[in-house]
Amino acid sequence: MSKLPLIIKREYLAKVRNKSFIIMTFLSPLLMVAMITLIVYLIKVNNNQSNVIVVLNESEYFSNSFKSNDLNSYLEFNNISLQAAKDSTDNLGYTGLLYVPAGSDVKEVSNNTVFFSEGAPNTLIVNSLESIFQKKLQQSRLVQLGLSDEEYKTMGNQYEIKTETFAGEKNLKGINELKAGIGSAFGYLIMMFIIIYGSFVMRSVIEEKTSRIIEIIISSVKPFQLMLGKIIGSAFAGITQFSIWIISASILLLIAMLVFGIDPSILSENASLSSEMNPALSEQMPTLDKTAKLYAQEILNVNWFTLIFFFLVYFILGYLIYSSIYAAIGASVDNETDTQQFMFPVILPLMLAVYVGFFSVFSNPHGPIAVGFSLFPLTSPIVMLMRLPGGIGAGGVPVWQLVTSIVLLIITFIGIVWLASKIYRIGILMYGKKPTYKDLYRWLKY
Amino acid sequence: MNDILVTNEVSKYFGKVAALNKVSLTIPENSIYGLLGPNGAGKTTLIRIINQITYPDHGEILFRGEKLKPEHIAQIGYLPEERGLYKSMKVGEQALYLAQLKGLSKAEAKKRLNYWFERLEIGDWWNKKIQELSKGMAQKIQFIVTVLHEPKLLIFDEPFSGFDPINANIIKDEILQLKEKGASIIFSTHRMESVEELCEYIALIHQSEKILDGRLSDIQKAYKNNTFKVGVQTQNGDALLKELSEKFEVQNSVFKPASDQLDFTVKLQSNDSNGFLGYLTDKATVNRFVEKIPSANEIFIGTVKNKDAHE
Repeated sequence: MSKLPLIIKREYLAKVRNKSFIIMTFLSPLLMVAMITLIVYLIKVNNNQSNVIVVLNESEYFSNSFKSNDLNSYLEFNNISLQAAKDSTDNLGYTGLLYVPAGSDVKEVSNNTVFFSEGAPNTLIVNSLESIFQKKLQQSRLVQLGLSDEEYKTMGNQYEIKTETFAGEKNLKGINELKAGIGSAFGYLIMMFIIIYGSFVMRSVIEEKTSRIIEIIISSVKPFQLMLGKIIGSAFAGITQFSIWIISASILLLIAMLVFGIDPSILSENASLSSEMNPALSEQMPTLDKTAKLYAQEILNVNWFTLIFFFLVYFILGYLIYSSIYAAIGASVDNETDTQQFMFPVILPLMLAVYVGFFSVFSNPHGPIAVGFSLFPLTSPIVMLMRLPGGIGAGGVPVWQLVTSIVLLIITFIGIVWLASKIYRIGILMYGKKPTYKDLYRWLKY
Repeated sequence: MNDILVTNEVSKYFGKVAALNKVSLTIPENSIYGLLGPNGAGKTTLIRIINQITYPDHGEILFRGEKLKPEHIAQIGYLPEERGLYKSMKVGEQALYLAQLKGLSKAEAKKRLNYWFERLEIGDWWNKKIQELSKGMAQKIQFIVTVLHEPKLLIFDEPFSGFDPINANIIKDEILQLKEKGASIIFSTHRMESVEELCEYIALIHQSEKILDGRLSDIQKAYKNNTFKVGVQTQNGDALLKELSEKFEVQNSVFKPASDQLDFTVKLQSNDSNGFLGYLTDKATVNRFVEKIPSANEIFIGTVKNKDAHE
């Protein structure tokens, strides 16, 4: 096996010295940081633009309802005609005019209220206005039913059910999602890595085949050694690229933040901004602050050491399985366009894993679908990682599932690598014919 | 004499199709051996088996008396028919890599590369990429890579295809030099005339089977059929030709009255060429009398026809 390091080194250098690789490595973090900076900047610009809404209020029901907030500031006009109000709003360049006519009850007033604006109004504004009326309508209806104002005020109190595991651990609502989020970040990373560097392996195989050097190489080394060397070499190139990305992106982001004075938390603020559309959620905000510490605690409680350990295990096994498949595909075809027919079945389980992860693991990390996909070897590297931050053992992933999934993965790894190297061995010497699945099956028997 | 390589009833099947059917060859040490046969006969499959790229389904191969095993790769040099190098890799780096794969140390590989680069006058190519070189230049690099580890057995698949005549000659001379130094060489080709003059031994492969092998001179002796090319000076060529035709099998006769020259090919019943010559000198002045030695190509066609007729 003394030739393996030679092959790994060559593959690594061939990849790392490649011009497009170098450009991608150094340009991507720049582009990414530029994009983030742009987004943050645009959000800031957008937020700074205050929406001034002129209110022409002719009804006594809504006298104290319009309070300025982050999104809208309200300006009240009194004792002028609707037409005059419209004209002056337009002339002053304000966002719009809310006309609340006089009426006998809240319902009638609400129904006759009109919001005038220059173009089609921003949905955020419309939603915030609507919620004001909804609340008022709800309140007036309840008052009609005999509820006092004080009683109504106590109504909005938020209720949250306490959850606890049988073992007595306290659970936080939403922590599953949070943990799955951490896991899916890892899972997503694995998917990206497999797709990017798996196709590196494939392209490198095709290059050897089309340049016809392959026959010289395999008269010196075993095809299996060559395939393995390629896979490992590409992985090292990938790890190099990822490391450069992460380091340079963090540095650049830091610089960008210092230069432009951008607070990255604005991104998360913006996320909560949209919750204003939902009044119930925004009332949750104070409680969120209180529990934030608990969440932070919970995140720190995630066993990062085990998580990273299993990330590496699943990452290595998953990458080896998929990149051998990629190598076999590369060996069976003459050029990259012919790979299309074989690519779909490879991408499918990866996509499935990510989507199943998002839709199933988030809501129910230990449900049958999540368990099934975290055992199935082609999806387990991604899905199992999404489940793992929930812990191992009681309350988390049962040990038997973890063991089964890794054992299945190892068996599949051996099986796939064996099959792939058989296809590879035959395929690299086959020219001219675009193979079908039937051909591949025949090659297995040679 | 020892044999460098012996194949013993080697068979290889692709599915149900036989690519090689019980092929047994004996390749003597320090010889030039021609592996001849049309395209698709199974030559490349046999070579790949010798290089351990594929493995036979039946039969065994002995390399200098030992059963062929992976370690022997370092003693075999192979120039495949389909040639190629990494296009974007530098010449020197690439040659070093390939030499190291054959088991040479980096220092040793570098030393030998310098020698060869100087010998073939390509020293200034070291830092060029293959894609910057012409096809002929790349072929030279390829040749160096094949012989650099000083293999005991050299296998050239269609050795001269793709070389221009000048480079083909350079390579031919280098190959002969290597033979002088003790290497054994296998030429595989479907263009039999291209290597015939070089080969001491040949094997003919046809439809996955060996149909003939042995020393080329022996085979030619066995296959010559007492045919002679004759030229005589005579004034009445037509009459002589008529007389000869009655007694012997005469072909391709041409009489040029202007120069009184009669040329023809004659096939004798026995190998009594002296008798015929004596008979002929009585009638005319013989100025050419050459025995026609069959070429490998003719032997091949003859053998295949024979074989097909028997089936």
